[in-house]
Amino acid sequence: MSARGLTGHAQASPRQMTSNHASAVLARRAFLQAGGALIVGFMLPGAVLAQRVARADAAIGKTLDAGDVDGFIAVNADGSVTIYSGKVDLGQGLRIAIPQMAAEELGIGVERIVLIEGDTALTPDQGATAGSSGIVRGGVQIRQAAATAREALIALAAARAGKASSEFDAIDGEVRPKSGGAGIRYAELIAGNRFSVKVDPKAKVRDPASYTVVGKALPRPDIPGKVTGRHVFIHDFIVDDMLHGRVIRPPAVGAKVVDVDEASIAAIPGARVVRIANLIAVVADNEWDAVSAARMLKARWSTSAPLVSDAGVRAWMRTGPIDADETLVKKGDARAALVNAQKVTGEFYWPVQSHASLGPSCAIADVRDGRATIWSASQATHRFRETIAKALALPKDAVRVVYLDGSGCYGMNGHDDAAADAALLSKAVARPVRVQWSRADEHGWDPKAPPQLLSLEGALTSDGSIDAWRTEMWIPKATASLPHMPLLALDAAGIVQPPGITTGLISQNGDPPYAVPHQEVLVHWLKDAPLRPSNFRAPGKVANCFAVESFTDMLAAAAHRDPVEFRLHALSDPRGIEVIRRAAALIDWRPRPSPARDAAGIGRGFAYIHYKHNESYVAIAMEAAVDKASGAIRVRRVACAHDCGLVINPGALRTQIEGNILQTLSRTLFEAVAFDRSRVTSVDWASYPILRFPDAPEILVDIVNRPHEPPLGAGEASATPVPAALANAVFDAVGARLTTVPFTRERVRAAMG
Amino acid sequence: MPNVTLIVNGDTRTVAVRDPDEPLLYVLRNALKLTGAKFGCGLGQCGACTVIVDGNAVRSCSMPVSSASGKKVTTIEGLGTPDKPHPLQAAFIAEQAAQCGYCVAGMVMSGAAALARKPDLTRADAQQALAGNLCRCGTHERILQAMARAAGRRAT
Repeated sequence: MSARGLTGHAQASPRQMTSNHASAVLARRAFLQAGGALIVGFMLPGAVLAQRVARADAAIGKTLDAGDVDGFIAVNADGSVTIYSGKVDLGQGLRIAIPQMAAEELGIGVERIVLIEGDTALTPDQGATAGSSGIVRGGVQIRQAAATAREALIALAAARAGKASSEFDAIDGEVRPKSGGAGIRYAELIAGNRFSVKVDPKAKVRDPASYTVVGKALPRPDIPGKVTGRHVFIHDFIVDDMLHGRVIRPPAVGAKVVDVDEASIAAIPGARVVRIANLIAVVADNEWDAVSAARMLKARWSTSAPLVSDAGVRAWMRTGPIDADETLVKKGDARAALVNAQKVTGEFYWPVQSHASLGPSCAIADVRDGRATIWSASQATHRFRETIAKALALPKDAVRVVYLDGSGCYGMNGHDDAAADAALLSKAVARPVRVQWSRADEHGWDPKAPPQLLSLEGALTSDGSIDAWRTEMWIPKATASLPHMPLLALDAAGIVQPPGITTGLISQNGDPPYAVPHQEVLVHWLKDAPLRPSNFRAPGKVANCFAVESFTDMLAAAAHRDPVEFRLHALSDPRGIEVIRRAAALIDWRPRPSPARDAAGIGRGFAYIHYKHNESYVAIAMEAAVDKASGAIRVRRVACAHDCGLVINPGALRTQIEGNILQTLSRTLFEAVAFDRSRVTSVDWASYPILRFPDAPEILVDIVNRPHEPPLGAGEASATPVPAALANAVFDAVGARLTTVPFTRERVRAAMG
Repeated sequence: MPNVTLIVNGDTRTVAVRDPDEPLLYVLRNALKLTGAKFGCGLGQCGACTVIVDGNAVRSCSMPVSSASGKKVTTIEGLGTPDKPHPLQAAFIAEQAAQCGYCVAGMVMSGAAALARKPDLTRADAQQALAGNLCRCGTHERILQAMARAAGRRAT
């Protein structure tokens, strides 16, 4: 294609391309598409959704193969381009960023791109929208498909003209001769056909130096609808003839139904009980009737007390049962180096936390006549389809899962559970059912971030560098090859599902990112978790970086060295050095050792991560004030320098960084799930407080853009240095070392002694 | 079923309700199809359901519809549209002040009520005015910038 055209085979290449693409075009397979322009940024979102649904229904039958350009891209008769993305916009901005990447390669305005997200009938399976992979894998895959599509369009135009592809470029929706003259519109070139070409891994992506769309802070198309109340969330979606369902969760984990008094809701006309084994629910035509019936329903449950309780977690982690020990990192001989050394030690604990999405989970399912359609805020519609098809005893092809925006999702919250609830209820009543969780359902039953316990020891060389480092961690072991987190409804309904737990990759970044000749990381893998766990933003790395970067600060203090200078001295990666220097400059860092024990209780802290040792680089400097009498911490300023390689949309990126910082400050200052032997007891915002506006600090962000480097992901990395930066600021302010999250006033006072 | 009459976004709307204690939020979202106000907690703790009733920002999840009878209710849909946004909505768009956006309608309603009382509010004023509105995505900084813009403290 154009790459080949540039090699000088001027005679051969047009014929070659003609044969490649003419055969595809001549195949004349009907290309299913709906008509009508859809200008994403300038229409009412409700209308967008309606058109999207209409267009989507018309496109059913298209290939879902991620190896085919047609899997991702369709050129419509009106000149617009539809992009089919398996990755979804969870509020992080993929809805603009992926079109930017596609638009750049295709040579078309981003406003002419229609994005279809996470629909198992339409979008290729690009894996879950998780692990900061939206751009890095999802966007890059679509970028390659778009580059292939551009070369195919150019080849078609070149074949028409009998010239080499190298004489054309794709600009503003047309293939134009580079020498000037009239271009041909993409829609005319494709003429209602499919591309019918494989995604070419060698198709040449555009030179970043020529970018006109990527790298711009283009506005997100969903924001006008969101701030005017027009955007359609899953919570707002309506299906004809749907019932409202509410599941009654047991009063204790593992409790079984003894009996249900169906007459107890007789006062509510039309409301009725659905029971599938231990899955108890009510359905009604009117939502408030369903809520009222769920509150009125009298059911008796068996007693159950299988939990360790929040107070028991830390001791339980030490005792296990332990599945296995595993050495993850071993350089030099840390144990030997520590034997006779003057050791620095620290133990760090991260509690169970809730995703605590602001809107309780919601889903709608229509399971009838051997088919199922499920509307869900799932991060992984394809994965969920496999699980729910098995649960419904339907073939996979008879199940369609369609993504609609939910309330913020930072890992796996209750969205797949709510969808399973809706699916089982719909199957039982043979009507579409909408299930909306309550606040207590979400706080009580969403899968939780697992607890983490880390014990560190280290020693310095005589000149104050780090000589030896050991990390031991106690963390739950994720079940290998578990297809899906076990779902509440399936469990209650007695539907067999593979047992196990999911956590994400929670053992990473337990080793220092610095030059340390002797280091070791040992994991004690726990067989289980205190409450059903799932991945929560930057799984494990938030706690691990808290421990590693707090401990780095302890070593710097032991060496009587400035914490920034101490880190820079032990770092050789120039990208790491750059973000550290920039974050320090942002907050006007003056070199001196900690603690300063400022009279006013104001301190500054620093932390750094090279995420997973191969992704983004982030440094955070923070200024906090400690009220010595009460122990209250007030974060005054946070400065973040961030290098995630190529930046697609700096506006959306900055919002992600700010969100990571504020959410993780919330987790660090306020959050721990309370639970007794039977149930979660922190089931509202009073008992599970999160950060509020008066707690929000000023935030300074410095983004390092590296257009010639690959994008590295930004959904998680900047969360991880936050807890240590804050703990280190508190240490600098008052000389007290905080090692247990959350940093409550009581803990601060206790640490001050 | 008893009828309740509300004045919603300037229109008089009469709704039949089985239960006069049905929260205003459910009536707005289901009977009147105004889904901008969101269910967040049902406890008046998070602010996602905020609407303006007779000039005051209220939690519609905790207000029985009968208490709103005869009153003027403004929802996010009545504040502005994507084509003609309220100045605060325009400021939210300019600052791209949403992530998932589930809380944002409540933020705009609380913020608009605060700006109506004090058009030149400070950052600290805005932090207090929105203290009862929770955001889980951590959009606080962008929202405070939007409030500053609407208060004339940022270039437009």
